[in-house]
Amino acid sequence: MEMIKLTIDKKTVEVEKGTTILKAARKIGIDIPTLCHFEMCDMHIENKPGGCRICVVDVEGRKNLAPSCATEAQDGMVINTHNIRVLNARRTVLKLIISDHPFDCLVCSKSGNCELQNMATKFGIRDIPYQGEKSTYRKDTSPSIIRDIDKCIMCRRCEMMCNEVQTVGALSAVNRGFMSVVAPAFEMDLEKSPCTYCGQCVSVCPTGALTEVDHSNDVLRALSDKRKTVIVQTAPAVRAALGEEFGLEPGTSVTGKMAAALRRLGFDFVFDTDFAADLTIMEEGAELLDRLGKFLKGDENVKLPMLTSCCPGWVNFFEHNFPDLLDVPSTAKSPQQMFGAIAKTYFADKIGVDRKDLVVVSVMPCLAKKYECQRDEFKVNGNPDVDFSISTRELAHFIKQANIDFMELPDEDFDNPLGESTGASVIFGNTGGVIEAACRTAYELHTGKTLEKVDFHALRGMEGIRSATIDFDGLPLNIGIAHGLAHARTLLDEVRAGKSKYHAIEIMACPGGCIGGGGQPFHFGNSEILMKRAASIYNEDASKTIRKSHENPQIIKLYDEFLGKPLGHKSHELLHTHYFDKSDEVNIHHD
Amino acid sequence: MDMISKSLTDNTPTKPIEKIVSKPVAAEIIQELENKSALYTYAAADKGKVKVKIKLSEDKIAKIHEICEAFNNEAGELINVLHQTQHTFGYLPAEVQEVIAHRLNVSTAHVYGVVTFYSYFTMTPKGRFPISICTGTACYVRGAEKVLEEFKKQLGINVGQTSADGKFSLSCLRCVGACGLAPVILVGEKVYGRVSPEGVKAILDNYTDK
Repeated sequence: MEMIKLTIDKKTVEVEKGTTILKAARKIGIDIPTLCHFEMCDMHIENKPGGCRICVVDVEGRKNLAPSCATEAQDGMVINTHNIRVLNARRTVLKLIISDHPFDCLVCSKSGNCELQNMATKFGIRDIPYQGEKSTYRKDTSPSIIRDIDKCIMCRRCEMMCNEVQTVGALSAVNRGFMSVVAPAFEMDLEKSPCTYCGQCVSVCPTGALTEVDHSNDVLRALSDKRKTVIVQTAPAVRAALGEEFGLEPGTSVTGKMAAALRRLGFDFVFDTDFAADLTIMEEGAELLDRLGKFLKGDENVKLPMLTSCCPGWVNFFEHNFPDLLDVPSTAKSPQQMFGAIAKTYFADKIGVDRKDLVVVSVMPCLAKKYECQRDEFKVNGNPDVDFSISTRELAHFIKQANIDFMELPDEDFDNPLGESTGASVIFGNTGGVIEAACRTAYELHTGKTLEKVDFHALRGMEGIRSATIDFDGLPLNIGIAHGLAHARTLLDEVRAGKSKYHAIEIMACPGGCIGGGGQPFHFGNSEILMKRAASIYNEDASKTIRKSHENPQIIKLYDEFLGKPLGHKSHELLHTHYFDKSDEVNIHHD
Repeated sequence: MDMISKSLTDNTPTKPIEKIVSKPVAAEIIQELENKSALYTYAAADKGKVKVKIKLSEDKIAKIHEICEAFNNEAGELINVLHQTQHTFGYLPAEVQEVIAHRLNVSTAHVYGVVTFYSYFTMTPKGRFPISICTGTACYVRGAEKVLEEFKKQLGINVGQTSADGKFSLSCLRCVGACGLAPVILVGEKVYGRVSPEGVKAILDNYTDK
């Protein structure tokens, strides 16, 4: 490996040949500002179109300024990253970008998290001398994501996420010059595109061009309605990230404070999606064993591998792209929907409230959940099992609006019965977590023996595609794991080609799993934040006394009192679903 | 004197160009797209049993497949495929782009991005005799705008439009590399140099449908 030496702001740095100036500078703590460049190095994610020109630096002996994100460092280079020439160029570029940007920061939902706004603050931009035509483009609202392209600065991070990391291909840069925008094919609505609502575009957008559909006002309205009983469920990944919105160190688990905050916001019952995650394991684990058993007996009607189906972005992805494989994923609903189905039957009966007067709110790290809860098959006579889904970010705003001093809140517990959970359910938030939880239960159900070591380290980690063989007392079970839809596609292509070696595959649409979901606090490309969230989730699991889903006492009670047995009649009715061929919905609509 | 410079200096219109794009193809496609009931299915490449429904007749789909095949269905050949397809069909409607995307295994959004980036590609059918006015610097200062105005007046259409009879369409481009003959216009692939507003009618009269 050839090493080179260069000087940046009078500091010497040695880097591998081929390193960009930007990365060489970051290595010695010089953070050259960028707007389009985006990197999550541990995930092999990088966007460097060299388009914004904010990162220009002065290279001694070079006539023009060099874009540091796209210029390779050379041996002996002497670089200045902040002389008057550089700073003036950056200011000019920034002013030009802002000159075609709506000045609506006061009412923009991205305000406070906007990289363009932060940059303008950093450079002390006080006037925009450039006046001219401004871009005008229609606002496009889908069930999960809003595109407000007038705020787009053409950094193309969303395009990179959508095409390279997710291989969804919903977004592309279209048109040319001043008219260029990032849009779906034929500039149709996102809703008519193959978008999976994974929200990764939203999580990397530097401005307010891509944002989530905010349902917190609907929740507020429900909470103010005296006729309604309003209950809330919180996904596993939310507790590992919510604290960041209040200035806590990434990876600080705030489960207790979150429950306390939700109670103070006025929810009648504060429940946990983790409960439903345990329920998911009961059904999905039973389904896996059922399919596995039949398969091993040579039943040709049974297909393996079985794929997990908790992730709504992933469900959208295979409905669009793999309609020939609809019988491969588990039929188990996602925890969010299982919770809703149980809440509006079992729990509604328990408290004697009609389902129409019971409002189920979910707090999710995810934007696809907003779409999922609106799907027709999850409604009974038009009444959805889950009424509103809000993101981790929306919950944080909500708490701040309600004058709740989050940091001073005591740790409180969830309510019962739908708040009881095990360590197996909390790890649903991490890539590999669902299948690990499934293994803990499936192992014991299959072998009839007690699983002594519940930590399956082989299933953990951040590699895009992982595999492990778990010994089910003599039966080697091949497990595949993918996070990020490009990796999911690789495994699915294998299944389609009949070459998959796995018995079960877990897929999560977002890099890192739900902890890196599109509704989580913005990480600005810092993948260390994701690692810390993941560690916090595993710590929470380890701290629990019960760590296997089938040992959750409330789950046992639920089956005793109401459901009967996993995969039973009632389970099929309430906890399982089916999938649809949506490949044609991608087609062009003429009407 | 080679062919191109001969055609450039020769201002007297030669014999009319018979056919630039095959007249029936574009018209046929328009008809097919308007016929809402007609839906044909075809298999997407390398996608197992996935069938895609599209509002194009089977022979058009087969033709697109043939073009893609000629470029080994390679995603990197997208621009060449689009060129060839536009040459064959006269334009690139959404449905055609959709078939190409499936065939080359790229997203439709990406194909649309390329089509809208290059001004050569068009999603509206051009006239049988597409007219392009060079409005590059040299042509512009030597009166291209006046020539353009005259074309608009004679044809009753604006830039980017096609005459009602589908005969002529009007577009602007920047520089055909014949600045010495400015102002320059093209009809189909034929280049006319030193065009004056007065000469416009004579040029148009050369193109008759037969």
